Amino acid sequence: MVDLKDKLVLALGERDGVPAPALQACVESAGGQVIYAETQCFV
Amino acid sequence: MGGPGARPVVRAAQFVLAHVPGLVLSGSKPRRELARDGDVRGRVCERLRSCEDATAYPPHQVMLGTIPPAALDAIPRPWHLHPMPAARPEGPAGVLIDDVTFYGWLARGDAARLVRLHEAFAPRVAGLLHGARVATAGDDEWARALREGAEPFYYDRDRPAGFVLPGHDQDESLSGAVLLENLAAKVTGALALRRLVERSGAAEPIEFLIGSGEEAVGDRYQRGGGNLAKAMGELAGVTTVGGVDVKAFCAGPLHALLLAGSLVASGMYRRVAVVAGCSLAKLGMKMLGHLAAGYPILEDVLAGVAIDVACDDGRSPLLRLDMAAVQRIDVGSAPHRVLDALAAAPLRSRDLRLVDVDRFAVELHNPDITEPAGSGNVPAQNYQLLAALAATAGEITRDQMPGFIREHGMPGFSPTQGHIASAVPYLPHAIAALREGAAKRVQFIAKGSLFLGRMTAMGDGASFVLESQAS
Repeated sequence: MVDLKDKLVLALGERDGVPAPALQACVESAGGQVIYAETQCFV
Repeated sequence: MGGPGARPVVRAAQFVLAHVPGLVLSGSKPRRELARDGDVRGRVCERLRSCEDATAYPPHQVMLGTIPPAALDAIPRPWHLHPMPAARPEGPAGVLIDDVTFYGWLARGDAARLVRLHEAFAPRVAGLLHGARVATAGDDEWARALREGAEPFYYDRDRPAGFVLPGHDQDESLSGAVLLENLAAKVTGALALRRLVERSGAAEPIEFLIGSGEEAVGDRYQRGGGNLAKAMGELAGVTTVGGVDVKAFCAGPLHALLLAGSLVASGMYRRVAVVAGCSLAKLGMKMLGHLAAGYPILEDVLAGVAIDVACDDGRSPLLRLDMAAVQRIDVGSAPHRVLDALAAAPLRSRDLRLVDVDRFAVELHNPDITEPAGSGNVPAQNYQLLAALAATAGEITRDQMPGFIREHGMPGFSPTQGHIASAVPYLPHAIAALREGAAKRVQFIAKGSLFLGRMTAMGDGASFVLESQAS
């Protein structure tokens, strides 16, 4: 288990997995800071 | 036009697959790889399929409606190693055409007279032009035109067939490449519409067209002006109609179907066709994975669709507008929330559960195309989340999730043609099953990647239920 508190995070999401805004919400709720967020669509 | 409203039904859907191996290198990924490494051309050309192989490819036969999606479960993967014997290029749900036929229609659909056929190729399509006059070009003019920005197209893998001239020398939106892409969308959508009309018999005329593809038709001042629907109608000979385009990335067709159903329910029109052409840019999108895995280039077909929405005829499946949903802006992006809004909530509103749906049609991309490129099995991922939603709601146990997926899902089979793959490939199969009473309820769920346009980080989605009228 990774402790995200005070960590800087690059959030690379996927449309058919977990999109970046959802990743960002999780990281920020754990006290981390998202410095880049992008959702990819592979199809 | 104009009358009492009626319950809308979805009567039919027809697909056109155009096998165009000579256009694979014009796709977005191949084009960029070719610019980086010229050796790619030879490696790709070695792996291009024949039309016979593309016809016998089991997922394409599912698209044409000759076998159900479930039949793929009994065929070992990768499916290209198990061609269907005696496969025909036509089925109840569509037709597969070869590149020569496609280019003939490209020339017929060239309203701006920007297409030139290579003089050596022109005789092959002469009988297909039906009076359309197309200029030809020899080798010298070919070389000069390509130097000046014309976009070439090839047949039989790499033999010159013709080129599309730029529409303006100072307008990126009218470049030869953009015009070829838009013409391809116009032709595939028009051919699907033509087939829909030809097979509908003596039904009432179509009164409106809704385009739902992802192309951008316009010029430098209005890059996405659109209404390719009307251009498709014109080419298809469906001329007593108006039209409009609906844009929503891959969720376009489902949004368009909801609007078509609403127009019929309101009484404004009695019959509306939803149309969508192909995505030329997505040819060869996963080719590096296919080359590495020793596969043929599987993304060698352009796909178009036309869908018939009309007043209740007493036998076709009802488009339940009261069990439809769109992804609202405030739903956020958490996958379980989005899926609840699109799948579970519309059912709950009618006291139904996920297990009350016989089959879910989700993103139906062929996993043989996506997995070698590291993009996973997209339908399976979507079904996994649906099953998890059902388990979270207490409808099934966690152990029952694999069984839920087998019973309510299906293997992916669609070409990776963007909006074409988003749930709609199951329409012909669903309509047949719902008409016969083999199924009671099918839910269609599509997603749209709005974030790709960099105007928002949001995704999008739309859903509806088709319900049987069979007793």
